[in-house]
Amino acid sequence: MAAPVTAQTPNTGSGTAEVVLAARNVAKNFGAVQALKGVNFDVHRGKVTTLFGENGAGKSTLMKILSGVQLPSSGEMLLDGKPVSFTSTVDAREHGISIIHQELSLAPNMNVRDNIFMGREIMGRAGVDFAEEERQARALMKELEEDIDPLTRVEDLRLGQQQIVEIARALSVKSRILIMDEPTSALSASEVEVLFKVIGDLKARGVSIVYISHHLEEALTITDHAVVLRDGEMTAYAPRAEIDLEWIVRNMVGENFDLGSPPTGHEFGAPALTLENLSVPANTGIGNAVNGLNLSVKAGEIVCIYGLMGAGRTEMMECVAGRTRASDGRILLHGEDVSELTIAERIEAGLVLVPEDRQRDGLVQTMSVGRNLSLASIGNFTRAFLTNLRAEASIIERSIREVTVKTDGPDAPIGSLSGGNQQKVVIGKMLATSPSVVLLDEPSRGIDIGAKAEVFRILADHARDGMAVIYSTSEVGECLAIAHRIIVMRRGQIAAEFTHDTTKEAIMAASGESLVA
Amino acid sequence: MSETTTNAAETAPAKKKSFSIVHLLLEGRAFFALIAIIITFSMLSPNYATVSNFLIMSNHVAIFGLLAIGMMLVILNGGIDLSVGSVLGLSGVFAGFLMQGVEFQSAGVILYPPVWAVVVMTIGLGAFVGLCNGVLIAYFRVPAFVATLGSLYVARGVALLMTNGLTFNNLAGNPSLGNTGFSWLGFNRLFGVPIGVIILAVVAIVAGLVLSRTAFGRWLYSSGGNERAAELSGVPVKRVQVSVYVLSGMCAAIAGLVLSSQLTSAGPTAGTTYELTAIAAVVVGGASLMGGRGTVRGTLLGAFVIGFLSDGLVIIGVSSYWQTVFTGAVIVLAVMLNSIQYGGRRSGR
Repeated sequence: MAAPVTAQTPNTGSGTAEVVLAARNVAKNFGAVQALKGVNFDVHRGKVTTLFGENGAGKSTLMKILSGVQLPSSGEMLLDGKPVSFTSTVDAREHGISIIHQELSLAPNMNVRDNIFMGREIMGRAGVDFAEEERQARALMKELEEDIDPLTRVEDLRLGQQQIVEIARALSVKSRILIMDEPTSALSASEVEVLFKVIGDLKARGVSIVYISHHLEEALTITDHAVVLRDGEMTAYAPRAEIDLEWIVRNMVGENFDLGSPPTGHEFGAPALTLENLSVPANTGIGNAVNGLNLSVKAGEIVCIYGLMGAGRTEMMECVAGRTRASDGRILLHGEDVSELTIAERIEAGLVLVPEDRQRDGLVQTMSVGRNLSLASIGNFTRAFLTNLRAEASIIERSIREVTVKTDGPDAPIGSLSGGNQQKVVIGKMLATSPSVVLLDEPSRGIDIGAKAEVFRILADHARDGMAVIYSTSEVGECLAIAHRIIVMRRGQIAAEFTHDTTKEAIMAASGESLVA
Repeated sequence: MSETTTNAAETAPAKKKSFSIVHLLLEGRAFFALIAIIITFSMLSPNYATVSNFLIMSNHVAIFGLLAIGMMLVILNGGIDLSVGSVLGLSGVFAGFLMQGVEFQSAGVILYPPVWAVVVMTIGLGAFVGLCNGVLIAYFRVPAFVATLGSLYVARGVALLMTNGLTFNNLAGNPSLGNTGFSWLGFNRLFGVPIGVIILAVVAIVAGLVLSRTAFGRWLYSSGGNERAAELSGVPVKRVQVSVYVLSGMCAAIAGLVLSSQLTSAGPTAGTTYELTAIAAVVVGGASLMGGRGTVRGTLLGAFVIGFLSDGLVIIGVSSYWQTVFTGAVIVLAVMLNSIQYGGRRSGR
């Protein structure tokens, strides 16, 4: 059973280890948005506390509060029983709390020793005392039982080793609490094993770990306590002995806001997009991010691609849209090979991508709402070199109405919109090109539930009109609410395929990597 | 992500209300600066605020204005073009060289191209240098600063080689050869307005139209604002990038023609450090060196601010050393105001 959420000190039953850090009623508001609503949990000495939750559940906000990036709006944190408030990450680190981010914060051009002591170099009489730094770095590596030479450049290390360097840096400042955000997402199975062994050693030395992961099974193997968040609320807190995978999933997913169901009542047409044996090289240059993938999507069909971080969804979509080149295989749009076309030509042919990161890839921040909306369809209102302002205005107006952007007008700066409305602008921009196949990479990330429902409505309307929709997400609830067909990707391949009448548990199980791969 | 945007949305309207005067001054700072300069110098010298002086000063500004418009296109794209001063010098020398006649030794003839052909070939040369810059930057991924710094040296060196360090003094042409009229560019007036100013006006209007009313203009703003987003929206970002350097080279060549015509001579060292003045004009005009923000109107105002300021200092007899100090101060002040204007938005995001 889910433990009831109470405002009192959580009684976990395992009174064996002392509490080093406790959160009491911690809440965080961003304007009117409540990102975190009263969270209570304890971090015990030498134990692993894992935060579970879907995207947007408040994990990252909580983590930012723990590590001193943000102050809570209300509630307090107790360190060794005394209330503390961290004003900065440096402040938190001085209290013995370090964080290892998913994107490592190492300088790749510098060696391990310099990275460990970055910003707090040991000064000798004649400048930096490199010999002493090196001695300490070696001692740290020995403690961690890792054979990494402190003089190696960080960029020459494997990702798993780089993570060890981050851990060494945290230990060198005598951290007692280590926050790890998705530490295994980019690691190979053997590297994960090494990491877990290091975590075991850290526990033995009395270091407490706050662990965040999407890999539920993996996290279960090392955790001692679980905190489950959903929509900013803590839904459960329990020790390892009382929980299992099913319990976590139930508390994570809960009874979601009803996002509706996939559009019905229309026939699918001919295959609109077909991927034949598609392989895409990984960004790292080693191996393939997508490996011999076969997929066919019919006109009018909505296909959801579910998968964990690093499953290859983004790489696959960027390759289909034309940003990256495939190493093997074919991309067929209405039966014609488009592999050789540029992005612009693919848009012209009716194949568009709504990218994952709207700030980085979707919006031009220096332009107005209207100009962002019309950016991809300039050709439609250009006659003999000159743009027709009236035609443009009508396209913009139609787009704003169609995707229901809440804005002061087409001339408002794009930064004045909320996250959900910005996302609608990115979607509206691509829909204005009248595409026949649209790829959406995590379009629901960081937008609220109401905006999500509207995005779904827009997609459903277009699917009824015969548009093929390929939608990637890491939230299971969305798959069931929008997709006719659900594809689970795992390590660059299709791991499983479901129709919309499957269960959340089945989808999650298919995507999860087991520890021993 | 959602949290920061919410914050921005909340603070923006409040800011607008309380700082509207500051906002207006900040937005129109180049314009107000120009007004202030004109008023100040009018009071200091009776000769400043006369039509004839304004026309003379505008003729000076034309050179920098032409360079600055080309430079602004490059800066809008998020790049920089350090080669424009050298291209200006090279273009003048190249035009002078053509005016002396091109000798084909194998055929044993000397060809005297007419002035219009000289103009076209010179602009072509400017475009060629720009093309080299653009291709290096867009396709070979050489940083813009380095690529154009290289062509700054190469173009200057070629100009010196062509003349052996000397200056072409005979640009008037010979009526018997049918290549007269070069001085028309620098000396003639149309309705009392110097040709150089008219050329600047035409180039500015064309550039303004291109930026506001063509697909290319939109491509330029978007690829300067966010290249990745522009590319995913189907903007040919590399072609745009090459084009702006070509256009900048052409503007520099036009400026070179006007300058050598005004001076009735073409020296290989003409235009040295003009690229810096052009950058200053663009920045004073409110463009962002990060790309994506800037207008032709602002850039022209920037060019006039710098030109009218330094000419005004000459008129009231301030030492040229002080002129340098003043110009530098104006540039730093302008960049500081840019940071306030754009920096506020950035942190609000």
